[in-house]
Amino acid sequence: MNAFKPYILNALVFLPLLGTIIMLMYDQIVGKNEESLRRIALFFSTLTFIASLPLIWWTGDPALSVNVPWVENLGINYHLEVDGLSLWLVLLTTMLMPIAILSGWTSVHDKVREYLAFMLVLETGMIGVFLAMDMILFYLFWEVMLVPMYFLIGVWGGERRIYAAIKFVLYTMVGSLLMLVAIIALYLLHGDAQVGGKATFDIVTITKNLADSNFLSFNQQYWMFLAFGLAFAIKVPLFPFHTWLPDAHVEAPTAGSVILAGVLLKMGTYGFMRFNLPMFPEAAHHFAVPIMVLAVIGIIYGALVAMVQPDMKKLIAYSSVSHLGFVMLGMFAFTDMGMQGSLYQMLNHGVSSGALFLVVGIIYERRHTRQISEFGGLATPMPVFSTLFLIIAFSSIGLPLLNGFVGEFLILIGTFNSTYSRAFAAFATTGVILSAVYMLWMVQRVVFGEITSEKNRNLPDLNLREKFVLVPLVILIIFMGVYPSFFLNRTAEQVKQIRTVVEKNKPSNPVADNLK
Amino acid sequence: MLRVIIFAPLIGAIILGLFGKKMSERLIAAIACSSIAVSAIAAFAAFLELVGKSPDPDGIRRVTDTLFTWISVGTFRADFAFMMDPLSGVMILFVTGVGLLIHIFATAYMSGEDSYYRFFTYLNLFMFMMIVLVLGDNFLMMFVGWEGVGLCSYLLIGYYFLRDYAGDAAKKAFIVNRIGDFGFALGVMLIFYHFSSISFIDKPGIASVFTQAANKPVEALSTSALFAGGLTTIGILLFIGACGKSAQIPLFVWLPDAMAGPTPVSALIHAATMVTAGVYMIVRSNVLFSKAPMALTIVAIVGALTAFFAATIGISQWNIKKVLAYSTVSQLGYMFLACGAGAFAPAFFHVVTHAFFKALLFLGSGSVIHAMHHDEDMRNMGGLSKYLKITFFTMGAGTLAIAGFPLLSGFFSKDEILWKVRSSTVLPGSLGTVLWLLGMVTAAITAIYMTRMMVITFFGEERFRNKKHDDHAHGHGADNQGHDDHHGADNHGHGATPHESPLAMTLPLIILAILSIVGGFVGVPEGLAEKFVPHSLQGITHSFYAFLAPVITNPVIPGNGGEAIAADHSAELVSTILSSIVALVAIGIGYAVFKGKPMLQMPSVLENKYYIDEIYDAVIVNPLKFISTYGLWKFFDVVVIDGTINGLAKLVTLIGVGFRQLQPGITRLYAAFIFGGAIFAIGWFFLTIIRR
Repeated sequence: MNAFKPYILNALVFLPLLGTIIMLMYDQIVGKNEESLRRIALFFSTLTFIASLPLIWWTGDPALSVNVPWVENLGINYHLEVDGLSLWLVLLTTMLMPIAILSGWTSVHDKVREYLAFMLVLETGMIGVFLAMDMILFYLFWEVMLVPMYFLIGVWGGERRIYAAIKFVLYTMVGSLLMLVAIIALYLLHGDAQVGGKATFDIVTITKNLADSNFLSFNQQYWMFLAFGLAFAIKVPLFPFHTWLPDAHVEAPTAGSVILAGVLLKMGTYGFMRFNLPMFPEAAHHFAVPIMVLAVIGIIYGALVAMVQPDMKKLIAYSSVSHLGFVMLGMFAFTDMGMQGSLYQMLNHGVSSGALFLVVGIIYERRHTRQISEFGGLATPMPVFSTLFLIIAFSSIGLPLLNGFVGEFLILIGTFNSTYSRAFAAFATTGVILSAVYMLWMVQRVVFGEITSEKNRNLPDLNLREKFVLVPLVILIIFMGVYPSFFLNRTAEQVKQIRTVVEKNKPSNPVADNLK
Repeated sequence: MLRVIIFAPLIGAIILGLFGKKMSERLIAAIACSSIAVSAIAAFAAFLELVGKSPDPDGIRRVTDTLFTWISVGTFRADFAFMMDPLSGVMILFVTGVGLLIHIFATAYMSGEDSYYRFFTYLNLFMFMMIVLVLGDNFLMMFVGWEGVGLCSYLLIGYYFLRDYAGDAAKKAFIVNRIGDFGFALGVMLIFYHFSSISFIDKPGIASVFTQAANKPVEALSTSALFAGGLTTIGILLFIGACGKSAQIPLFVWLPDAMAGPTPVSALIHAATMVTAGVYMIVRSNVLFSKAPMALTIVAIVGALTAFFAATIGISQWNIKKVLAYSTVSQLGYMFLACGAGAFAPAFFHVVTHAFFKALLFLGSGSVIHAMHHDEDMRNMGGLSKYLKITFFTMGAGTLAIAGFPLLSGFFSKDEILWKVRSSTVLPGSLGTVLWLLGMVTAAITAIYMTRMMVITFFGEERFRNKKHDDHAHGHGADNQGHDDHHGADNHGHGATPHESPLAMTLPLIILAILSIVGGFVGVPEGLAEKFVPHSLQGITHSFYAFLAPVITNPVIPGNGGEAIAADHSAELVSTILSSIVALVAIGIGYAVFKGKPMLQMPSVLENKYYIDEIYDAVIVNPLKFISTYGLWKFFDVVVIDGTINGLAKLVTLIGVGFRQLQPGITRLYAAFIFGGAIFAIGWFFLTIIRR
């Protein structure tokens, strides 16, 4: 098995791309056969998933690391690595992709080849973002990912797809341009400081040098935190940068929404943990309180607005704003519990909201509407669907023994024990009440009661393909809730390192002390 | 050992959930009941092991079972572990015992339902969660069960999901409970903050919450202690949780609506077990509360007020299950009143006796409803005593027990509560006496409304032969739940002679009736026992309190005079006699009034539950919806944020349009620009030189 180790990360990045190439050529060999194209895409995404599984046990093994010079003069390397921070996010990506492809099996008939090709390119981009350990490489993947997402929304989306797609790209571009500036600034400052020998874009090296002796002044940290932070905050999205999200979600096709909610949003929170916290710890302390305030506002605001949405997808989109608020809150608590919870909540949200979008996709395919008022009483014609929907909804609500609870609880107790104000935890806990309100309200109006519309009376229950889509996620939801140690143990070390760095650089008199 | 108790019902639930759809009713019933039977037998065996065990170093006997470490992050640790001590031992015995009886009852009651298997899946799942709640060895495991029973309650209230009111009631129950859970969760966080532990028992390296709390000083009896973040705050937060689960003011509104669920559910979940979880939690945390007199005072006041107000509503209801629901709220109020007075053991004794007689009353009402073809309106009953003899006599026993008829179980527990409140060593000033008086009045009202229920249902004119109230429109839609024919075609036709229920339903009634009658003798108040019980029997009559003693503290806040009263056993005797007289007189009044005028109309403010639901809607629910829709979403998101950004975009476009005017393609204009620019640059250059 050891022989595979050096190749596995490359395989993860390039397998989907290989699938794309084959699909593009396939057309010339066999002709246009939608079914075979779908099988190819499913095959390659499943293969990628299988290839990623050994990482669960191999993470941290130096033999995995790929590091070859790329533009030597500038210190740019092709450096891939997987650690506790990225491990589960990579697996989340590789797992969701086959499911997303399967979910659109019968609903996408327009330009199937291009659609699937974009999906696989997207996968390469996302895996690349999580594995890249070089800032230029990271930036490259970050931008690469925009293109397929833009087309997925803009071509296969709903009525206002062009507006949504452009809004999505513009928002993201504004952030990422500033990030590029900060990347170059960091590169130059690191070179000037001469700590590591020569100038480099290598994330591992820079992080390590910064941890050993912080060569950035507070002012430099301040501006770089903001430049990176804005790019990530838009992606998360942190209140008040969230308004692109509901539009993008509503207009995207089901598979796009699943990936968008499941993985893309996590790139923002991942970015904060990878860059902002370990690299600019003093600034992180400086911004902790404002960010926590925005996070708490996002939790409550997102939940309240979700409560009154008539459109299911929009409701879930706003619930994402609320849930990602929890992730940000826990991260900036700077405690093991909060940060581990934050990381865990990223996964939970990926699984749960991904599953929720699949649920909406399933009934959208049957009725071509997402309006809650169009449904009601689905439990009678679709009992299996309703049961799974209920479990997924409760996972999002944070019921103990399901995944959402572990993350939320760790975040809250971590925030409560943080050096910053306990009031944040108290206010955030109201989000737990509100999540029950909007989720159960939706479930009740869609699933329970008499059948209100004749069109719903004879809807078929889940077919085998749809069961394959939902059941694995439901099993995961339960497993993650009952045995979280399986996941948390593998992230503990990395989180502790970051927390230690952040703690070490705590200013002697942070603003927050006055708030306590 | 403990894991058998816990997982037997879960296995039952899984089997039924996955394969139940294709099974026969008989098989489903067998699986459901045997899984609970296994659990009950294992509980009994574990209890025997507990009794025979030598105590831990802290003087408490325990049986423990650790499965794995559930969450371990940083300094936080929660084990997936279970623990039986005297408190959870007693609780688990009656939970599994009463649970088994109700399962047996339900096999007959639910017969003919479309989704029989779904009902028993949920019911078994509920038992699993309830057992986790009781046996969990730390606050987080308790919370798992706590939320789990809430889930099952949600599923079972909404069991008849085709009806909107069932769905509404289910959702309301879950959400109101969530408000309570908000307090519970914050309480657990604060506990961890103070003690770096959430465990009930000492573990290697870290002392339990209670061991540490026992060494803390008693906090001040002041309102500032409420917000100080110490033990008093913890107590209040936990109590908010208890208010949700155990339906206390202001969170009691969900329980009456919860009667939308099938009657065995009302008996099991909304009377005997789940709703007492709040009391169990506070008794479990009695060490914490003993240090927080202000928290105790609030618990006592809320409990007494809830007991009183719920009783007054109970007297005005026409739906037989609603009467019992408000009665449950009221009785739970008594339990909290006792907790607040520092009488944790009597509070818990009332939990046990209440489980017997309230389960009995609910199942009895189920038997009546069964005979009435699922009509729950008492105005359509009357004169049933000659048709439903077993039901009548057993329910009669339950009524006497809850009314505090001398020597029945409710008499001993309620009497002890009232006395402990009167002689409280915790409540400040004369508060104990005031609450005792309120408790007495409530006891009288209790006896009246229970007698009313019995009289209207079982005596007088046989109104079911000539139904008037087929679709009455009092209060909320949930009141209309009595008129569904989910038992398929009603081939008896209304007005036919009602029949007594089958043995599977009457047997549980009989067993529970016996328990309601004699159950009190294991906990005879000491003052009475000393005078009337032969010395040789005092071991039995005191066994409940003696057994629990190691896990219960008896807090004393010096200087409020309670000790003096407490020591006066003759005063206790007076109190007992007084409460007996109150009970007997009230039963007499109830009989006299309602025998003559069973249809006596009560004030509408009572019948409409003081309009609490309407007030909540008007003050909280509707404003929140309005603000969210028009303030946050349609104004802030759409107008402010998107408006700003789209506005910026428009501004950029406008600027572009503006600058375009500068490039009209006229060469002379460009030349003029160049000339002007040159002048400006040279001028600037000169200026700087001159300044130097």
